Formats: sequence, structure tokens, C-alpha cells
Amino acid sequence: MRHIRTIIDKEWAEVFKNRMVIFTISFMPLIFTILPLVMLSVMGEAVGDMNGSTADVPEAFLASCSGLSGGECMQIYLMNQFMLLFMMMPVIIPITIAAYSIVGEKTTRSLEPLLATPITTVELLAGKSLAAAIPAIVTTWAAFGLFLLALPLIGVSAGVRAYIAGPTWLLAILVVGPLMSIVAVNFALYVSSRVNDPRVAEQVSTVVIIPIMAVLFAQLAGLIIINVTFMIIAIVVLAAVDVGMVFLGASIFERETILTRWK
Amino acid sequence: MIITQDLGKVFKIGKKEKTEIKAVEGLSLAVREGEVFGFLGPNGAGKTTTVRMLAGLIEPTSGSATINNLVLGKENSAIRRSIGILTETPGMYERLSAEKNLAIFANLYDVTDVPGQVRKYLQMLGLWERRADPVGSFSKGMRQKLAIARALLHDPKVLFLDEPTSGLDPEAAKMVREFIESLRALGRTIFMCTHNLDEADRLCDRIAIFKQKVIAVDTPAALRQQLFGRKIVVHLAVLQPEWADMLRGLPFVQAVEALENKLVISLANPEQDNPEIVRQLVEAGAAIRFIGELRHSLEQVYLEMLHQNGQGRQA
Repeated sequence: MRHIRTIIDKEWAEVFKNRMVIFTISFMPLIFTILPLVMLSVMGEAVGDMNGSTADVPEAFLASCSGLSGGECMQIYLMNQFMLLFMMMPVIIPITIAAYSIVGEKTTRSLEPLLATPITTVELLAGKSLAAAIPAIVTTWAAFGLFLLALPLIGVSAGVRAYIAGPTWLLAILVVGPLMSIVAVNFALYVSSRVNDPRVAEQVSTVVIIPIMAVLFAQLAGLIIINVTFMIIAIVVLAAVDVGMVFLGASIFERETILTRWK
Repeated sequence: MIITQDLGKVFKIGKKEKTEIKAVEGLSLAVREGEVFGFLGPNGAGKTTTVRMLAGLIEPTSGSATINNLVLGKENSAIRRSIGILTETPGMYERLSAEKNLAIFANLYDVTDVPGQVRKYLQMLGLWERRADPVGSFSKGMRQKLAIARALLHDPKVLFLDEPTSGLDPEAAKMVREFIESLRALGRTIFMCTHNLDEADRLCDRIAIFKQKVIAVDTPAALRQQLFGRKIVVHLAVLQPEWADMLRGLPFVQAVEALENKLVISLANPEQDNPEIVRQLVEAGAAIRFIGELRHSLEQVYLEMLHQNGQGRQA
């Protein structure tokens, strides 16, 4: 554990000396938090007019609306689109850090002294993964906390607040988000260890956002319904993918290739 | 301390890894405990590859080696723990302070007293006053010193130094050399890659001349003798031609050359034979001004060795 802690400490000490990284980490969550609040605020004023109208809500989603008015049902349906923004945060934020972490050390020639220490590949990758994922997950949770605190201030009804603080959202933010973060970080580390240019690493790593975009569009098209069942399926699938990626990452991290064939 | 037996490394490159490059071939060495061992060779000779293999960073494709009695390939993690390595480029974390850089590596080497060891080596290398400054603000010499400190933090028995004074100004290079001397005094085994022949001559107990394979291994003095023998130069006020013939008649004299007012005499053992030569010349009426040993530079030895082995650079 000492080696993993040291790598995390080193990564954070380096990363947080860069103001642009701090800006990236804080700016996007702020926008992603404000945006749904603005939307809710605007919708709140129109809820009275929409009462009883759930024509645009997919039928399969109506089960999630029991005890809610038509307007509130419409609100939580639309808020589910924004839930995906909260799920994107722990994916997008750590990509910058993780994508740079190996290739960055290659370019500054600090990787060889690091690999010359007794640190194991698993410890090195675990340290780098956690160093990228933890700030992203904490920031996402903090943003969601702020979002929850702000809901009563903009006049959101108790029913809608209960839904957002309910199992679907909590599973998404507390479990699915971190699991997706691990996928993103491991993918970015894999890319980072294979390419020779930090810019290429960042560009290629962003590919990992595509599945979330697919979910977003599928939900908008009414092809999938985001509810507790969906979240449980996502958790099982992501947990399996995470385990696979961690093992794959450690097995394909070839110290020799990285040291001798990166120029 | 470091023993290699037919160690080799072949890199496979190109599409489908069809092209093979022999970086190191049949390397057999025995570096003794407490020795400063110079590993000399031109650029691309395979020196860095050898160090990387011995440090357990890359796998040899043939042969075997033990470092500190640990078997390479089977106990690589323990090997890395027992050695220190100064890589060709310092590779420090430039945004972080000198102290932080060393603390990171002290933790990775599982050093017990991290602050104590960091302080000890920063003070020893004259960097204590700059400990809080980011390494990015350091001169090249300071970075190299810091990289040496990093290699020593865990008090390794064996130290690999890859071009330790490369790119340093004379003052910084001298400081690094003095530090290596002090490490030798502490009994550390040092394996030093360099193509600075003057440095190798001054620092190394033994050297290996290497280009993909070992061309020669011995002390610098023994290699000189092996190639050029030992010669003394006798500076005279006036040279009489018959004195050269007189000396050629002595049984221990191998060869005599007369050059202006000098006699260059090849001897197997100058310490033993010089008094007789002086006596003969004085009795013949020669006025001797000065006697010294003709010393070939290590550069001459190195170039001659490479040339003899067909490894010299094409003109």
C-alpha cells in the first residue's frame, strides 16, 4: 500500500500544481450542476400548465412516476437526461490526468527511474488509476451534493426531490459513476502506455465517452428507460468490465517495450 | 557482486518483428565488491541496454547474471531493491521540489527514515539550501547531483551510473567525480558506463572496452602495457648515437629509439631496470636532465583496441 500511496501522492502533487488541470476539474462539474438547476427552475414555472400531460414521456417510464403529477413526471424524465451528465463527470475529468500519466513520464524521462524502483506493475497502475479517479469521483459527488442542496432553493417539489435523491440517481452517482470512471481511467492508462505523444493519448482516450453518449441518445429516442433495473444491469456489466480491464491493463503493460520502443 | 555469463540481448523490430538487432552479445563479466568498474564503448555499443538488463528493467534474450547474489530474471524486484541506478537523463519531476522528488523515491524504495535520508543526501550533495525549490529551476549539474542522491537514498550495495558526467560543466563534473571517489571509499560497488576516457582512467579500478561484446577487460595500466608495453623517456643534454646501441646490448632492454636529445626505451619492468640504465648512461658520459615514463592515454588504448577488433569507426 505504501507504494500505491506514494504514486497517488506524487501524481496529485504534480497535477495540482497545474492550474489548468484544477480549472478543468472544477469548471465542468460546475456547468453540469448549474445546467439542470436552470432547466428545473424554468420548468418549475411551467409545471402548472403541464399538469396531467405526460404525452411525451415513454410509457415504460410512467411506472417511475407513481404518486407524481404529470408535470413532475415530465420533470424527472427530463432530469434523467441530466443524470447522464453527472455520470459523464467521473469519466471525462480523469481522462486528462490518466492519459498523460504514462506518456508524460516517457517524455520527461522520469519513467525509467520509476520503473527501476521495486514497485510492481500492479502497484504502479493502481496508484495512477486511483490518482486520476478519486478527484473525479469526489468532485462528482460534491457536485451532486450541491445539486441536491440547491433543489429546494429553486422551488422543486418534494416529489421530484425524492426521486432525485432516490435509488436510481443514487445508484447512478454513487456506484455506476465510479465504475465508469475505473473503465475510463484504465482505458486512458492503456492508451497512454502505448502512444508516444500526450496529445494523441488524450484524443484517443476520449473515445470512452461514446458509450455514455449512446445511452443518452438511446434514452432520448425512447429505446431504453433509465430506472433502477437499468442501473443494476449497468453495475453488473461495468463491474465485470472493470475487473477485466484491470487484469488486462496489468498484463499488457510491458516495461521493456515502454522503455525501449517509445521514441 | 555482479557476475554475468554469456549475457545477450536481441531486439526484434520492424513490421512483425522480423528484423533482429544484436545489442549485447556473450557478455561475461565479474565485477568485484567495492570496485569501480568502467564500461567503455562508443554510442550505440549497448552500454545502456546492459545496465537496463542488469537492473532488471529489460529481459536478456540469452545468458544469465547474478547481482548481489540475486538471480536476474527470477529475483528482479529484489535486485531493484538492492541497486541504485543513475539513468542517462536525470528524469526528475520538474514541478516538484528537490525534497519531494527524493521523498517519493525514498518511499518507493521502502526507506525507513525518509526525512533523515533525504536530508543526509541533500546535504552531502550541497543541495540542502535549495531543497524547497522546484527541480525545473535547477541547473543541469544540480539535477545530475539530485539524480545521484536519488540513486543512493536506500544505501544500495551496487550502483549503476550511466554517463554520470555527461553534459556537465568542468566544475560540476569534478564534483561528481569526487563524489564517486567518496562512494568508492565507502566500499560501494560502482558500475559506470562512460565514453569519457579521462574520467574512466582516473576513477576506475578496472575497465571493459565494449561494443556489442567485450573486447578487453583489465586495469587501465594493464591494458596500456598489453598494447604498448612500458616505455621510459630519458631526456639528455646531448645525445650520442652510440649510447642507443650500448643500451640495446643490455639483456632487459626490449627496444631503444633515439629522438633528438631523447632516448625512448622499452622495458618490461622499469622500476627494476631504470637504475642500471642510468648507471650505464652516466658512465658513458651522458648528462641526464630528466627521466619519465611514456604514458599512453586511455584514449589511445581504447581506439587501438577497437581498431584491432575491427570495431573502429570507418573514416
